[in-house]
Amino acid sequence: MTIIVKNVTALLAGLVFLYGCYIVLHGHLTPGGGFAGGTIIAGSFILLVIANGIQYFRLKKEKEESSMFEGAGILCFLLLATGGLLLSVPVFFRNLLPGGTPGELFSAGVIPLYNIFVGIEVAAALLSIFLAFVIYKTEE
Amino acid sequence: METKLIIILILMIAGAIHSLHARDLLSAIVSYGVVGYSLVVGFLLLKAPDLAIVQIVVETIALIIMVSVLIISTREDLAEKSTVKIKGQSYVNIRNLSFVFFALVTGVMLLYFFNIVTTGLPELGIHETRMATEYIANGVEGTGSINLVTAVVFDYRGYDTLGEATILFTAVMGILAILRLKTHKI
Amino acid sequence: MIPYMLCFVLFLVGLYGVLTRKNILKIIIGLCVMEYSLYLFLAMTGYIEGGAAPIIDPANRAGSVVDPLPQAIVLTAIVIGLATTALLLAIAIRLYKKYKTFDIDKINTLKG
Repeated sequence: MTIIVKNVTALLAGLVFLYGCYIVLHGHLTPGGGFAGGTIIAGSFILLVIANGIQYFRLKKEKEESSMFEGAGILCFLLLATGGLLLSVPVFFRNLLPGGTPGELFSAGVIPLYNIFVGIEVAAALLSIFLAFVIYKTEE
Repeated sequence: METKLIIILILMIAGAIHSLHARDLLSAIVSYGVVGYSLVVGFLLLKAPDLAIVQIVVETIALIIMVSVLIISTREDLAEKSTVKIKGQSYVNIRNLSFVFFALVTGVMLLYFFNIVTTGLPELGIHETRMATEYIANGVEGTGSINLVTAVVFDYRGYDTLGEATILFTAVMGILAILRLKTHKI
Repeated sequence: MIPYMLCFVLFLVGLYGVLTRKNILKIIIGLCVMEYSLYLFLAMTGYIEGGAAPIIDPANRAGSVVDPLPQAIVLTAIVIGLATTALLLAIAIRLYKKYKTFDIDKINTLKG
């Protein structure tokens, strides 16, 4: 791509990433949540890869890392659900943190944590899928 | 409200038909994008902003992946013959007419069965919440989340979300296994 | 009732594509169209005329909201749909590398 596209993308990708983080963190207050925010975060990385070509990242290392983040995300999700089972009333997916006032950012117990972990998992999964296709193309 | 939805649905049907009949695979994918982005408008009309956000990003990424597949392979569609040409006869022969006839009969039969099945459903816009009555009445106090969709996804129906995350993980593993990328040493 | 019927017509269009097209990519597009018609149908069943989006202001609870349950189910289904579509595309691209074509008839007949 040309230098204009590269520079504009370098400016925009951070904003898109921040917007994804905002969507994830405010998932219990506004429309959005882990699924939407995770997809937007993956979109910011995909934007960088498309604009800067395949040499920008060392793609294989990137793919390994995103696979690792994916596994870590789903593991944390499962551990949090099991923690609800072990630490309080024995119910899977028990909300073990205090609820707080509904409508504030720090409220709703563990739901924001679930949102964050699902966001990490979805973002890493979609980025892995995209990078797998790109790497497959370069390996031919 | 219903009129707007009907217009959106007709646009989706037109996009789908053109996508299935396009000569160029790139234009087929662009027409498929028409279907997905119209679905976003439909979700917004149905007061589902969560779904609209997810769908608009997912559609974009799906289109990117499809185009990346096209870049690796080819853009040209196969030379498909939609009708059977028998030597010495025109395209309007008994065989092609019977195909069209059976297709129409099957479509009308399926629509009839769908009509029978959905007679229990009320008209669009009149819906009686059964399980969701409890969620709407006590969801905010019970979970602390004022976005009820998040409350249902992560609290009341956490098992579904766990299964969904597992399916996503498995699908990524399947893609990495099928593409058989070369391993490397760090 | 007409929007429900049109949703089913969209489903039938996807089914037609899956049954009659020879190109793998178009079969995948047909499957995705079927998925989309299902999402829209499920979202329609939870719609309430005059209801607001399912986000409740705790201070002011007047007015009805639409049913959040179908929306939550569709939310997970959309992301799964993307993952399965990508899996199908991976299979398609492997088949293209082996047979140099997207034609399912030729993929059937070429053994080995």
